[in-house]
Amino acid sequence: MTIADGPALPKLIGERVKRREDPRLIQGQATYVDDIKLPGMLHLAFKRSDIAHGVITRIDTSAAAAMDGVELVITGTELADHLGPMPIGTPFPAPDHFSVATDKVRYVGEPVAVVVAEDRYIARDAADAIEVEYDELPAVVDPEAAMEADSATLHEGFERNIAVESYWGGTGVNPETAQPEDDSAVDAAFAEADVVVSQRMLNQRLAPNAMEPRGVVAQYEPGREYLTVWSATQNPHILRTLVAAMMGLGEHQVRAVAPEVGGGFGCKINIYGEEYVAAALSRLVKAPVKWIEDRTEAFLTTTHGRDLLGYIDLAAKSDGTITGLKARIIADIGAYEVLLTAMIPTLTGLMMNGVYRLPVVRHELTEVFTNKTPTDAYRGAGRPEGLYFLERAVDMVARELDMDPAEIRRKNFVPADEFPFATQSGLVYDSGNYEPCLDKALEVADWQGLLAERDAARAEGRIVGVGLSFYVEVCGLGPSAVVPTGGWEHSGVTVERGGKVTATTGASPHGQGNETTFAQMLADHFSIPLEDITILHGDTGVVKQGIGTFGSRSQAVGGAALISAAGKAGDKMKQFAAAMMTDQEVSPEDLVFEDGRIQVEGAPEVSKTFAEVADYAYVPVPLPPGMEPGVSEEAFFEPENNTYPFGCHISMVEVDRDTGETKLLKLIAVDDCGNVINPLIVDGQVHGGLAQGIGQAMFEEVVYDEDGQPVTASFMDYVMPRAADLPVFELDRTVTPTPINPLGAKGVGEAGTIGSTPCVVNAAVDALAPFGVTHIEMPLRPERMWRIINEGEGGQS
Amino acid sequence: MSEPVPITINVNGRKRSAMVEPRLLLVHFLRESLNLTGTHVGCDTSQCGACTVLLDGSSAKSCTVFAVQADGSEVQTIEGLADGDELHPLQDGFWEEHGLQCGYCTPGMIMSAVNLLEENPAPSEAEIREGISGNLCRCTGYQHIVNAIQHAAERMAQS
Ligand code: FES
Ligand code: FES
Repeated sequence: MTIADGPALPKLIGERVKRREDPRLIQGQATYVDDIKLPGMLHLAFKRSDIAHGVITRIDTSAAAAMDGVELVITGTELADHLGPMPIGTPFPAPDHFSVATDKVRYVGEPVAVVVAEDRYIARDAADAIEVEYDELPAVVDPEAAMEADSATLHEGFERNIAVESYWGGTGVNPETAQPEDDSAVDAAFAEADVVVSQRMLNQRLAPNAMEPRGVVAQYEPGREYLTVWSATQNPHILRTLVAAMMGLGEHQVRAVAPEVGGGFGCKINIYGEEYVAAALSRLVKAPVKWIEDRTEAFLTTTHGRDLLGYIDLAAKSDGTITGLKARIIADIGAYEVLLTAMIPTLTGLMMNGVYRLPVVRHELTEVFTNKTPTDAYRGAGRPEGLYFLERAVDMVARELDMDPAEIRRKNFVPADEFPFATQSGLVYDSGNYEPCLDKALEVADWQGLLAERDAARAEGRIVGVGLSFYVEVCGLGPSAVVPTGGWEHSGVTVERGGKVTATTGASPHGQGNETTFAQMLADHFSIPLEDITILHGDTGVVKQGIGTFGSRSQAVGGAALISAAGKAGDKMKQFAAAMMTDQEVSPEDLVFEDGRIQVEGAPEVSKTFAEVADYAYVPVPLPPGMEPGVSEEAFFEPENNTYPFGCHISMVEVDRDTGETKLLKLIAVDDCGNVINPLIVDGQVHGGLAQGIGQAMFEEVVYDEDGQPVTASFMDYVMPRAADLPVFELDRTVTPTPINPLGAKGVGEAGTIGSTPCVVNAAVDALAPFGVTHIEMPLRPERMWRIINEGEGGQS
Repeated sequence: MSEPVPITINVNGRKRSAMVEPRLLLVHFLRESLNLTGTHVGCDTSQCGACTVLLDGSSAKSCTVFAVQADGSEVQTIEGLADGDELHPLQDGFWEEHGLQCGYCTPGMIMSAVNLLEENPAPSEAEIREGISGNLCRCTGYQHIVNAIQHAAERMAQS
């Protein structure tokens, strides 16, 4: 197909387009960090603490240093001459945190020394040969006990292990000080309620477990005073900024590359000590160095997610009108604050308005240090916790009032005509239309049929339950006012000679498929074939500016930047085209892109091909007055608000009376993420999110013993969902575009994890309600379920 | 460390001889010595399947096999699956049905599926889910992977 023939090009936005990144991935031709080899490259291994809490009294590196093939062994104290404490990205106070511990260790897995060696086997052997002695201190494991006066403390200057104390939000709270000023509305709502449910709930600690562990290759070239860092990261531009600062370099001296990245889910947002150490040691040993995390290290040192304890009170009238919510939230953030640690739990309270017109919401957040791996974002990051607490509590009210879980939600929805809607927590929901989404979910699931099926199963003595949840979440992070790194995104669009297009984006995909969706958008914009477009990303040497990929922002912010840059490039193409058609007295405003041509709207005979115009742009003889040659434009997009996708999930579970095992029989998800660029990719995002949300509900939990020893540090002990654990998901959607960006797309990366968790637990509680339970803690372990069934632990689970 | 030993392994139809340390894992031999980096490492307890290859025709986790144990064997990796420019039906199925996102689990997943379809050319959905339960994928929720394998099974049945 050649453009000059002018065949009609199909519109691609909204189409199921196969991914352009796949051919390399299905043939083993992609390059992940561990696939990078540089001449003279050395390997790092870390000696890590095997105790949770203690003072380092002695480190003996002599045996390691004497081994053949070992280049350098360095301790935390020695490294501190080269690397200061690590930066964080939140405004909260934080203790010093060195890449490698200098005096005290605070969690199992914290690095205490580093080896540089010829190959990774030798590096590992040498690390094992390092001897470390500690004065052990009592481990702080329980976040509530951690706040008692008699608890051991992790950090000087953080009394009772409190990192963030009583950070309030909602009704009657001064947002400037985050302190309550007026309790009257909250008190009245609860005093006048007909029912109040109160429940302590744990949103347990999870390990993100991207299948590719972390890894970094760093190469400092002394002659150029230039550092290149390849890392399995979600945000190479942030990596560049921070690694430059840590190394005392300018951003102009650092190139950060995220090559193929094997999943992130939030745990590859943080810039880790190993990345700084690799950069510093490359400079020190004057050779490129590589470090690749193994899975055990990943369990011990890659940031964990969630771990929020909630004390939730929900007030309602007897007709089901919800009148108020109170939440006291305690976040167990682990041993240190890393990049976004302290910020993530703040999203929980912010989102606890849910989809409801709650007149009163009041939340209090306290964050606590314990001797565990630091927490940070994990898919959903703050929202799954808030929506879990809320959607569980709403279900409890429904049960108390004997109302249908769908109907209590419908009764309390923010009505469609009240958007934009300002919540009690100070957010402004951009757009929403909840009732049609609920109706569609009820229809797809055949809700009445499900209830009948459940009742019939119960009549046969089976233990079956159905559950429903309705979530709203926040996507498209920025704006800059709320994202410490800046909340914009950047894109560049170059029309090359011959009419091909190269575009760059600061969004840095690691499975999201931007090479496909962004090309779809440009193909439609310029009306050129998909094959004529290349999308480049993940390299600060190629992508001039960027923030990165997190908070479901690729389309809503990155896509909007792309369209903006494409608009500028398109305008210039039209100016060149008009200049080529001066004899026909064409002005740029009359022109449109149509099937590989730039033509007068409605008059294809007055046209130039896209390729001809591009060629002219690079040899512009004569140069149109006031124009520069070439077509290479860029744009920053700063969103004025976030986007608020929503959805309804429904599930059915069966619990085995004899084994306590829960089987998920059905999962229906009707999500609304605004306009959809590629339904295949959106479905994939939802599926993946569902599996993780179901994983939290049913299987996953990071567990520490009373000494702070992790007991779930491998896939043998940490249960990840496998194919046979999951049913066929039934998906559908409604479409409520956002007015916040020109695409109308809201973001979908995290949706699945948010709705599915409460939905599945609600179903499990429904299943066991006949045994007297009103709440069951996650995960739905067989033992836990069996006890409720067989030992009547109703309500005590 | 013990003395290197000589091995010869037929990898993707090519004889490869080398002197290796006895403790060298097959996956590292493939990745480091032969630069066949399509086979990935996702764990250290042989639980994830990212490293799956075909060893004498059956799927094997190459992180649990020493290179010396594979001496004299035939190994097929993801790089050897396509027939020249023609993708294997499973590769095609994964592409067609969006059976991958980040792609990290994909080579191992595809190699397991090759073995699965060889043993059971027309598996049910439940048999597929059971058959790939040694392989973890964190991205896809498996549904599109199941579709991909069904797609391939149908195509292979036709040809
Ligand atoms: S790397 Fe071999 S099973 Fe995980
Ligand atoms: S596609 Fe990412 S782990 Fe399977």
